[in-house]
Amino acid sequence: MLDTGLVLYSGAFGLILIGIAGIVLSSHLVRIIFGVALLEAGANLLLLLATWHEGAAAPIIVAGRVPDRMADPVPQALVLTAIVIGVGILALALSLALRVQRAYGTLDMHEVRRRMEQDIAGEAGIDLPSSSHAPAAVQTARQEGGA
Amino acid sequence: MQWLVLVIVVVMLTSAVAVLLLNDFLAALAALSVVSLGLSVLFVILRAPDVAMTEAAIGAGLSSLLFALALRRLGLWRRRGQ
Repeated sequence: MLDTGLVLYSGAFGLILIGIAGIVLSSHLVRIIFGVALLEAGANLLLLLATWHEGAAAPIIVAGRVPDRMADPVPQALVLTAIVIGVGILALALSLALRVQRAYGTLDMHEVRRRMEQDIAGEAGIDLPSSSHAPAAVQTARQEGGA
Repeated sequence: MQWLVLVIVVVMLTSAVAVLLLNDFLAALAALSVVSLGLSVLFVILRAPDVAMTEAAIGAGLSSLLFALALRRLGLWRRRGQ
């Protein structure tokens, strides 16, 4: 009644979608890294599903006898590598989050981005970039602050 | 077999949503390792036992440990009441 492949593909795409939603929608840096981890899991599952078919045998050669319908071992080796690389990416992202908290004292991305723009503009000696469509009160406040 | 796959996929997707919605970072980390363990069971069903072993050891074990150490250092390691 239910197609197993369909369920698996919807699980993989669901994980990818939830991961992208976490990256895009959340403002806390640790939650963004959680989203990256979810996206990784979904991508691994999708890559492994690419060559899987119903009733496949595990790609293990016993006593020189190759199984008749075995799953393709190449994407499995690639996923094996991707899992290990994923842990490296997570470690790098978490260490960057530690540095961000040490530098700015916060993990909220809106605050961090505002402070970074301020720092960059201050180092370059220019006014903060602002949109010409910003409300007039904001523009005058920025001009007075810059003058 | 297909009902087992359906149950595992539903559990994985629910806990993936829970990772993003839970306020408690410790609980979100637990939900993330539930996703990893479900993924390793799915890899066994997909006839990739070596990938399943790696996912269970590294994806669920090592990366949860990394997250836990980082949460402690970031000062987010606390229960909601504290």
